[in-house]
Amino acid sequence: MSITQDQGKMSTTAKQHQKLPEGLTESQLKAIYEAMLLTREYDDRCLKLQRQGRIGFYAGSFGEEACQIGTAFALREQDWIFPSYRQPGVALLRGVPLQSMMNNLFGNSADVVEGKQMPVHYTSREHHFLSISSVIGTQVIQAVGCAMAAKIKKDEAVVLTYFGDGGTSSNDFHSGMNFAATFKAPCIFALVNNQYAISVPVSKQTSVECLADKAKAYGMTGIQVDGNDVLAVYRATKEAMQRAKVGEGPTLLELKTYRAGPHSSSDDPTRYRSKEETEKWLKRDPILLFQKELESLGIWTEAYEADVKASIQNKISEAIKVAESLPQPPWESLFEGVYSNDPQALMAQKEDILTHESGLELTNEGEFPL
Amino acid sequence: MAEMTLLQAINTALHEEMARDEDVVVLGEDVGVNGGVFRATEGLYQKFGAERVMDTPLSESGIIGSAIGMAVYGLKPVPEIQFADFIYPAFDQIVSELAKMRYRSGGDFTSPVVVRTPYGGGIRGGHYHSQSPEAYFCHTPGLQVVIPSNPYDAKGLLKSAIRGEDPVIFMEPKKIYRAFKQDVPQEDYVIPIGPANVVRSGTDVSVFCYGSMVQVAEKAANKASEDGYQVEIVDLRTLYPLDIQTILNSVKKTGRAIVVYEAPKTCGYGAEIAATIAENAIEYLEAPIIRVAGLDTPFPYTLEYVYMPHPARVYRAIQDVLNF
Ligand SMILES: Cc1ncc(C[n+]2csc(CCOP(=O)(O)OP(=O)(O)O)c2C)c(N)n1
Repeated sequence: MSITQDQGKMSTTAKQHQKLPEGLTESQLKAIYEAMLLTREYDDRCLKLQRQGRIGFYAGSFGEEACQIGTAFALREQDWIFPSYRQPGVALLRGVPLQSMMNNLFGNSADVVEGKQMPVHYTSREHHFLSISSVIGTQVIQAVGCAMAAKIKKDEAVVLTYFGDGGTSSNDFHSGMNFAATFKAPCIFALVNNQYAISVPVSKQTSVECLADKAKAYGMTGIQVDGNDVLAVYRATKEAMQRAKVGEGPTLLELKTYRAGPHSSSDDPTRYRSKEETEKWLKRDPILLFQKELESLGIWTEAYEADVKASIQNKISEAIKVAESLPQPPWESLFEGVYSNDPQALMAQKEDILTHESGLELTNEGEFPL
Repeated sequence: MAEMTLLQAINTALHEEMARDEDVVVLGEDVGVNGGVFRATEGLYQKFGAERVMDTPLSESGIIGSAIGMAVYGLKPVPEIQFADFIYPAFDQIVSELAKMRYRSGGDFTSPVVVRTPYGGGIRGGHYHSQSPEAYFCHTPGLQVVIPSNPYDAKGLLKSAIRGEDPVIFMEPKKIYRAFKQDVPQEDYVIPIGPANVVRSGTDVSVFCYGSMVQVAEKAANKASEDGYQVEIVDLRTLYPLDIQTILNSVKKTGRAIVVYEAPKTCGYGAEIAATIAENAIEYLEAPIIRVAGLDTPFPYTLEYVYMPHPARVYRAIQDVLNF
């Protein structure tokens, strides 16, 4: 089964009957749009911060706004997210405070992990948003375990995990799919097929043309969705949620989209793909597509857009200002939190360094090259 | 002679070895069209083609497992693991298979694979782009572990590794990939796997180190020489097999030993050096052996400069052994 752009359009014809698509209210549709805009603006500003040398690294999600918001909007508070590093919009939509995310990017003293992780590696248990690992694929099988636990405890929670087309080559993707289907775990695999794993195109990643087909081999439902059509993504996620809730187990959702920006602040995509290719995809910018849809429903106006953007930009500027003004975390923090109890050897290292080196003027030398 | 960085030396060695022996193949993530994320494989794809320079799917166990199969058949694979931090999905293939192929088959099968991987901190890479996992591999009989500290050694050691008959984990200190240039001969040369290199001779203290820590030790030694002390620096170059004789000769001369490495201190490679010295030359020692190492924490982001051994920390250890 495949949900295409055309089917997405069909639902918008509902407006003639004064009905809004997907049973969403006007304010919900606006919330979706605003979340997409926020994601875009956040990415844009953060990449600029990196270019200006104010933060050390950034990886944006340009072009993947519909994949993020369409899925996350279908989830409930009790559901869980096992993300990769490319879903800032999901974190924001779940309610992870912008300030907290900005503090991570600056690795400052107010950062919840006090600068222990690289930029874009957020964490928030409160929002059921698992701490992000850089290691490709590891979260996939963990999400399945989390869903198995919810099932064992008879809680009505669904776990959604994000990973890329590159991630489908990892061992943990395969064991994740197999475990999920075997245990009928209430989880959703959101495969964001942005067609690149750094420089490697999806055609070199797998021989399968439709990645959703991979589901068949594991005995689960697989659906390819137009990942630039936010309402199509939303509908497919809702349906996957329904399957999970009634005990039919997992779904693989292939969200077909395009990584419109560089892999990260260290990547130069002109080395491996043409400008024409990128421009072709930019014509299907998910924000633009949804904007047109909202306009045709009489919801979007230029004034509305300007208002929303201004307010987003103010919020982001404020968060940057605060994050940038905060000092680095204290050296003590480095030694804390490895275990629930501090080991003797580590405490000896702490004492040695604090005693002998506190007065030294040390700084970071390197720059992240990738 | 040509002036080049460590990264260019690696790239040159790969070009020359692929031209010399058509059985040499390169595989890994982004190593083809893109020339590697650090550009270590730049130009290989264009020169030797997609069959010998393979962009693989994103699977480290796939990369190493397939390299083992290729080696068993008779090729000389030189896989790249993009960051040493991502070598763990291939850990099983490396420690259970690669390392044991010769021994378990009585030499019937061998897998002379050279696994290249950038390692180490100092680039603001946080937990997953900074680790130094050499000790795991030194602890696995059947593997050789090589870590160059400069462009000249990098070219010669990589060539030896590729021409050898046993597997090598070839770890490249990415912090100094582009940090400095050195004259590197344009003609073919090899540096054998095994011997350490006394990069600075001295009579008062021995500092044993490898990779990017050699430069750190040199800065500390310069400072100590202002105080009138002569520090000997031994660049191990090969961690396994270890050049025990050079280490003992140095300690017997100086009577004081410091080991510098950036991996977490506990069970790091420096413990092996310290134990080797204690077993074989304790009667020559005039002070305890000191390990200057990374901390027993995951590798941090903001405070990596506190985590990483730095010249002042090595200098402090030098003073400690001198004043003992
Ligand atoms: C196990 C592992 N190997 C290699 C890397 C280096 N790396 C980081 S991102 C990336 C590509 C990932 O592509 P994909 O899964 O498609 O996700 P995308 O970046 O496109 O969102 C690679 C190879 C890694 N992080 N983890």
